[in-house]
Amino acid sequence: MATHDSQSETIFPPPLVSGNHTFHSVTEAVCSVVEAPPSKGWIASFLVALMGLGILGISVGWLIWEGTGVWGLNQPVSWGLAIVNFVFWVGIGHAGTLISAILFLFRQKWRTSINRFAEAMTIFAVMCALVFPTIHVGRVWLLYWALPIPNQMGMWPNFKSPLLWDVFAVSTYFTVSLLFWFTGLIPDLATLRDRAKSKVAYWAYGIASLGWRGANRHWQNYEKAYLILAGLSAPLVLSVHTIVSFDFAVSVIPGWHTTIFPPYFVAGAIFSGFAMVITLAVPARKIFKLEDFITVRHIENMNKIILTTGMMVGYAYAMEFFIAWYSASEYESYTFVNRAFGPYAWAYWIMVSCNVITPQLFWSKKIRTNMTWSFILSIFVNIGMWFERFVITMSLHRDFLPSAWDYYTPTMWDFGCFIGTFGLFFTLFLLFLKFLPSIAIAEVKGVMPQADPHWEGYGHHGDHGHEAQPAHATADKGGHHG
Amino acid sequence: MAENRIWGLVARFENPATLLHAATGLRDAGYKRYEVWSPFPVHGMDNAMGLKRSIVPWIVLGGGLTGMVGALLLQWWTGAVDYPVMIGGKPFFAFEFATPVTFELSVLLSAFGAVFGMIALNKLPQPFHPLDNIAMFRRVTDDGFFISIEVRDPNFSLVRSRELLESLGGLNVTVVEEGEA
Repeated sequence: MATHDSQSETIFPPPLVSGNHTFHSVTEAVCSVVEAPPSKGWIASFLVALMGLGILGISVGWLIWEGTGVWGLNQPVSWGLAIVNFVFWVGIGHAGTLISAILFLFRQKWRTSINRFAEAMTIFAVMCALVFPTIHVGRVWLLYWALPIPNQMGMWPNFKSPLLWDVFAVSTYFTVSLLFWFTGLIPDLATLRDRAKSKVAYWAYGIASLGWRGANRHWQNYEKAYLILAGLSAPLVLSVHTIVSFDFAVSVIPGWHTTIFPPYFVAGAIFSGFAMVITLAVPARKIFKLEDFITVRHIENMNKIILTTGMMVGYAYAMEFFIAWYSASEYESYTFVNRAFGPYAWAYWIMVSCNVITPQLFWSKKIRTNMTWSFILSIFVNIGMWFERFVITMSLHRDFLPSAWDYYTPTMWDFGCFIGTFGLFFTLFLLFLKFLPSIAIAEVKGVMPQADPHWEGYGHHGDHGHEAQPAHATADKGGHHG
Repeated sequence: MAENRIWGLVARFENPATLLHAATGLRDAGYKRYEVWSPFPVHGMDNAMGLKRSIVPWIVLGGGLTGMVGALLLQWWTGAVDYPVMIGGKPFFAFEFATPVTFELSVLLSAFGAVFGMIALNKLPQPFHPLDNIAMFRRVTDDGFFISIEVRDPNFSLVRSRELLESLGGLNVTVVEEGEA
């Protein structure tokens, strides 16, 4: 029976948009979320998110007023929750780019209804990430020293430092993600403009859509630009987490100075990012009644990616141990034994349980197509991946000389900054859900069967005038659509 | 107020199939200054209209090369010429350590090229277009498919162009005036 099902699925792939939708009903379904007055649930969530944002404001304000001493940092643990949170949030962002760029390049059309959503997640996650390098410098008003701006000292940034590479990598990543997102939004903002009831909405969406009207000469440049942005974002996203891992790997700290870090970090980023997409998508599809667009198939596909990358991460954990032993370096071996059995063993085993063990449940089709299970397991992965960064950073607590060892306990201000970024993230995300189309309307229409001029529903194939063009050329040219 | 001059004609089409068919028909009839409007890009429309390839990739290449050369010059000049500082015995300039920043700036300026190049080529932002006067045209961002022909086209004729649009399946063929109504 199972074989039969999977066979028929191969021959007739399930439709990308379920339900009997027309172009107009797609517009209606997505825009009505934006045009309806905010629901009670939205307002309640937004107030909670604003409280989180307030926590961020207070924590950061106090940090800037008083200095980084309010955090639990010490020597040797001079990098605490700030870097943990930074890597955590950057990693979450990566799934958005993966969905929007890499799946686009691989012509995975199922990505179409979740990409807008995931790209928004990327941008907001990177904004949260950027908070930490900004505030951890202590004297935030001197942050411009990290940029090559002529200054009164006549000095320039040190381009040999991975931390400076990070400045360029993350700010480029943020800028390119924002442009990519905005480019995708242009036609949909025009849709909202043309449906606007109030003058304010008409003007706001009108300005933001740049006066887009869907001319084919515009679509031609647009599609080319979109394809190139996808092509640029794909290596960019890999480079960003590679460079983030250089922050650790280029140092000489045992447990950090390893060549496995770049691929291991990238796999972990995809893993955690997809988990976050599930965490956000499962409730959102329910609340906003978008089940026809974010289908069970989407959730299942993402769960498969979580399963795969989770095993890559598990492999990296094992390989780190093996190399620590194989290196015959005392410090290296000790660091890993200490991770698993030392003072931070609790964190290590939380990491292993959440990242390697629980995702194995996704081998079962029942579980990976069940929304409740998907949601719960995605939360586990989020927790596990935060602890992964914590475990890596805590390698610092026992370095070369026992006289220098110490234990790091985050203070309430450390936690305040971390919880606060969730406030920032959800504030932005809720605003996005309310004011922008959370599903790429034009792109979804483009993958519907009736979008194809040669769809069987339109019949009469032969009597078109365009047969002068070779059919292949036509198909190739049109193949850029996502 | 003086009479508005005529900008052209616009016709609505039922679906992407008739739209593609009509675009091909206009191309074959020798029209140049006509435009196809749709809520999403229609497969094969570029060929149907006989459009040349987009030049966005060349702008991107220019941006990428500028980013690459600029990043290398920046790192070399600041580190090895303007204010050399000896750090950990490393060279004042080397391609190895310059690679990450060079890569990032190449990508950044390429992306600027793609987005701003696209916007400039499309002559956006465009706050007003004569078609905004046509009520049915608002559906272009929802489920409407349109073709417009401008007066400036040498083949344009109020009568014959209208007949051609109608014979190609055009509905509600309407005269479009310049300027805001």
